Amino acid sequence: MTNNPHISIQHLNVFAGDQRILKDISINIPNKKVISIIGPSGCGKTTLLKCFNRLLDDTPDIKVTGKVLVDGENIYDPKAEVTHIRKKMGLLSQRPYPLPMSIYDNVAYGPRIHGTRKKVDLDKIVETQLKATGLWNEVKDRLNAPATRLSIGQQQRLCLARGLAVEPEIILGDESTSALDPVSTSIIEDLFIKLKEQYTIVLVTHILRQARRVSDYIIFVYMGKIIEFGPTEELLLNPQEELTKEYVKGFIS
Amino acid sequence: MIRRKLEENFFRILMALATILVAGSFFLIVGTIFYKGIPSMSWDMISKVPGGGFYIGKEGGVLNAIIGSLYVAGGATGLGLLISIPVAIYMNMYLGGKNIIANGLRIAFDVLFGIPSIVYGAFGFFIMVYFGIRASLLGGILAVTLLVIPILVRTLDEVIQTVPKELRDASLSLGATRWEMAKVVLRQIRPGIFTAILLSFGRAIGDVASVLFTAGFSDNIPTSLHQPAATLPLAIFFQLGSPVAEVQGRAYASALILTIIVLIITILSSVLSKRLSKNIK
Repeated sequence: MTNNPHISIQHLNVFAGDQRILKDISINIPNKKVISIIGPSGCGKTTLLKCFNRLLDDTPDIKVTGKVLVDGENIYDPKAEVTHIRKKMGLLSQRPYPLPMSIYDNVAYGPRIHGTRKKVDLDKIVETQLKATGLWNEVKDRLNAPATRLSIGQQQRLCLARGLAVEPEIILGDESTSALDPVSTSIIEDLFIKLKEQYTIVLVTHILRQARRVSDYIIFVYMGKIIEFGPTEELLLNPQEELTKEYVKGFIS
Repeated sequence: MIRRKLEENFFRILMALATILVAGSFFLIVGTIFYKGIPSMSWDMISKVPGGGFYIGKEGGVLNAIIGSLYVAGGATGLGLLISIPVAIYMNMYLGGKNIIANGLRIAFDVLFGIPSIVYGAFGFFIMVYFGIRASLLGGILAVTLLVIPILVRTLDEVIQTVPKELRDASLSLGATRWEMAKVVLRQIRPGIFTAILLSFGRAIGDVASVLFTAGFSDNIPTSLHQPAATLPLAIFFQLGSPVAEVQGRAYASALILTIIVLIITILSSVLSKRLSKNIK
């Protein structure tokens, strides 16, 4: 797909107990593009996403085999530093989960744990990232208010700002708009499109319209396997595989 | 239709009766304590130490027991928290919520929770004899700490489990270590920590058996950890055992003081917990 993949997955398998939920996944994720992972519920798309920043490490009975190379470095190498890997990726989950602290501290949290202590530096990061997510004008007068006072849509943008503050290279979105109203959804979608200039973005979504609106490439996953991977328009309008055809038809009516 | 309506009414009345029974006994208990305690209540009761030795006299008050009880319950809850918070975090965030060892620990703490407090008293006494410690404030605090640890650990454990996994994932995704993640979780459960403190303090301040051999009793307010300390429940015990009616009346006044302390702690922690969850969550 590209000469310079940002994330390269090689023969990735995920086992939950004796059940194999991801089967021999191999794929190259191109740099600075938006990639959507689509597929029916329970097909393994969220599991695939969580493999990217080793969030499955803490789930009991889950075993991962294979390689995930980020910038050429295998993140499943036993010697790999997990906090360093996760710092490279910002995660935006289904519903916003602001940290139990103020708006300011939510954004400053990441930089703080990674060693930024000076108030001036933190102030600058907070302002930059809140501006990047379009929140600054809405919250600049109440930066010390608890983050939970914000609306759900604002909270989700705050979570995005919080993720961007650790200067990741990759943004992972796990159905990030599923809890949001249409207006907030389109704000987040526009942000993704804007952010792909600087970041590689991988989104899990079950909304085909959303995949079509924001992504450059689509990965179709079914029963733990990658069925098809291709440029958005091509995959949606002219799917090569029978399963993809059925799935796309079933949802775009 | 009529049968279903009758059934509905029958069970509704049954439930209402059960509720009235419970609420009624609560008011009866509190009422009795007030009714019998108020006549013997005086400023002296809460501002003076007893005159006439071990509560048998009619003079003075129970200030020594009030202070002693606050010391014992406060010390035990504080010490218990210092031990229980790391245990609860370790069980949930390092061993994993559904880990076999963690579940084993849960059962162990549930068993400890059910052990009568006299057993803790006896154990504490045994340890004290072994180390040559006399009945003292320190001994009392240690025995009561053992008593409240299971309460604290299990309460904190339950509260930690209510924290959504996504919140932990959120901090991990930012590159946090497990300990940094644990700190976020601790912030999130601050209101729950207040509940744990309340439960622990309530149990600690009311327990007789665990302090019977370990804290001893004294007419004076302890000024060091090594002096014996009086406690309110023991004071009530001694006063009730007196043949003199006036001294018996003082037992109800002591009970009234104990009840009021527990009431204040309950209201205070409930207010604080509500305020915290409003501001932080």
